[in-house]
Amino acid sequence: MNLEILSYGFMQRGLLTGIVVSITCSMIGLFLVLKRYSLFGDALSHVAFGGIALGFFLNIYPIWTAFAVSVSTALGITKLRKSTKISGDAAIAVLLSSGFAMGVLLISASHGFTIDLFSFLFGSILLTNMQDTLLIVAVSCGVIVTLITIRKPLIHFTFDEEQAKVHGIPVEKLNYLFVALAAVTVIATMRLVGILLISALIVLPNITSIMMGRGFKKTMLISISLSVSAVIAGITISYYFNLAPSGTIVMLMVAMFVVTLIAKHAGMFSKTINEHNLSATN
Amino acid sequence: MPVNALDVENVSVSHNGVLAVNKISFNVQEGDLLGIVGPNGAGKTSLFRAILGLQNYHGKIKLFGYEGNQYTTLLSMVGYVPQKVNFEPNFPATVYDVVAMGILSKKKLVKGAALIQDCGCCWNRIFATSSKDSEKIEEALKIVGLESFKDRRISELSGGEQQRAFIAKSLVKEPLLMILDEPVTGVDMDVQNKFYSVLRKINKENKITIVWSSHDLTAISDLATRVACMNRELFFHGEKEEFFANKDMLKTYSESAMQMHMHKHDL
Repeated sequence: MNLEILSYGFMQRGLLTGIVVSITCSMIGLFLVLKRYSLFGDALSHVAFGGIALGFFLNIYPIWTAFAVSVSTALGITKLRKSTKISGDAAIAVLLSSGFAMGVLLISASHGFTIDLFSFLFGSILLTNMQDTLLIVAVSCGVIVTLITIRKPLIHFTFDEEQAKVHGIPVEKLNYLFVALAAVTVIATMRLVGILLISALIVLPNITSIMMGRGFKKTMLISISLSVSAVIAGITISYYFNLAPSGTIVMLMVAMFVVTLIAKHAGMFSKTINEHNLSATN
Repeated sequence: MPVNALDVENVSVSHNGVLAVNKISFNVQEGDLLGIVGPNGAGKTSLFRAILGLQNYHGKIKLFGYEGNQYTTLLSMVGYVPQKVNFEPNFPATVYDVVAMGILSKKKLVKGAALIQDCGCCWNRIFATSSKDSEKIEEALKIVGLESFKDRRISELSGGEQQRAFIAKSLVKEPLLMILDEPVTGVDMDVQNKFYSVLRKINKENKITIVWSSHDLTAISDLATRVACMNRELFFHGEKEEFFANKDMLKTYSESAMQMHMHKHDL
């Protein structure tokens, strides 16, 4: 097999970043999907666009401003939702449009649209420099370790918030930590697929694995495997066929979802249910 | 004098200015199985939510004689099964996963145990402290008769089976008290009977104090040791025999239940 692509530094960086980011997205995404916050990632990525624009405007490393703006907005909207009882979808709509509008405004007020900005919008995994790679890998590992540490209360909280509260889980603090982690994940993912396609990475592997998985851990592992495979295959295909990696990765994930959906409708996953029914009646 | 498992003193709960629970006082002794009866809208759920710290209230509630922070510590050792647990239908958790969510952290167990020993109560724990979490989960599944369902997704179970799984989830935390809010409303008789035998078992064999609301007076008369009857206010609290011997009380309950039923249909 020709492993020529691995001899390039940019490819090594791209693959490493892609793999780490896809694991993070799958993990946080499963909780987001199950909490019916699927579009929260999308909204946060639009806010991140505002943050990136602010970075360009103030001439600061844009990832830092994106982190600051996204995390503070995520925490703010969570607080607002709690105190004003705004519905989840309305809060997401407000977040999405205001974040993007802020970005457009700041960009028009500064240098105008640049290649750098487009790389954030559509992804530029193969343009990632060493500084970005180190930052993204460090942040992603931080998110993964935190999620593993808080997995038990987080699963309980995602399953049923009230029961979790009675159980003594500090649900409010946990919710703030969770949205902050989601915001951080979104920023780390921007380079891979771009602001406009982040929610695909959060949602697609998870809705696919939910159709297949039995048990929380297994579902998460399936989601991670699908996501990592799509990223590796996507980057490789895009290299050989000269395509945009972000679009290739997401289209592979869409294909996985469609194939699983067809397989499910053909009854491939219901077999296990029948086996269980038999064992339960015996 | 032994400390009560639960003391409710002059508790009132209101929703948007409407009084759902009006100055209710009663207590539950350790080992009791208190059956709470009352028509729909009588405030039973509001009262339970107040006890569980999910609802603001006026008055005083004590768990094993404790209030404040110690109350919150002990609250995590209360098992709660609501009328219906609203979970995402696609949630991929198996029955085993759901029961495992009930495991309390060692820190909470130690804190709770210390408090209970301090107040001189007998904590009849259903499982040995040294047993592993997986053994506790298997044991709880066995009590509710769901051993063979453990690898199935929770969403694949029927309503009654799900409620049994949630009871198992409450059992693994080694509860001091279980609060069951009409747990088998809307499920068939067969499942109800299975459920009642589980209830009897955990109260008699595992010595867990239970507060249970139901519309099924026959089940209450079979299982409960004491009865409370409420409709926003408390009409009766005492021995089961006394409640069922009191024809006026039964009539009041039936009438208020009927009025509530007719009122709902008028709407």
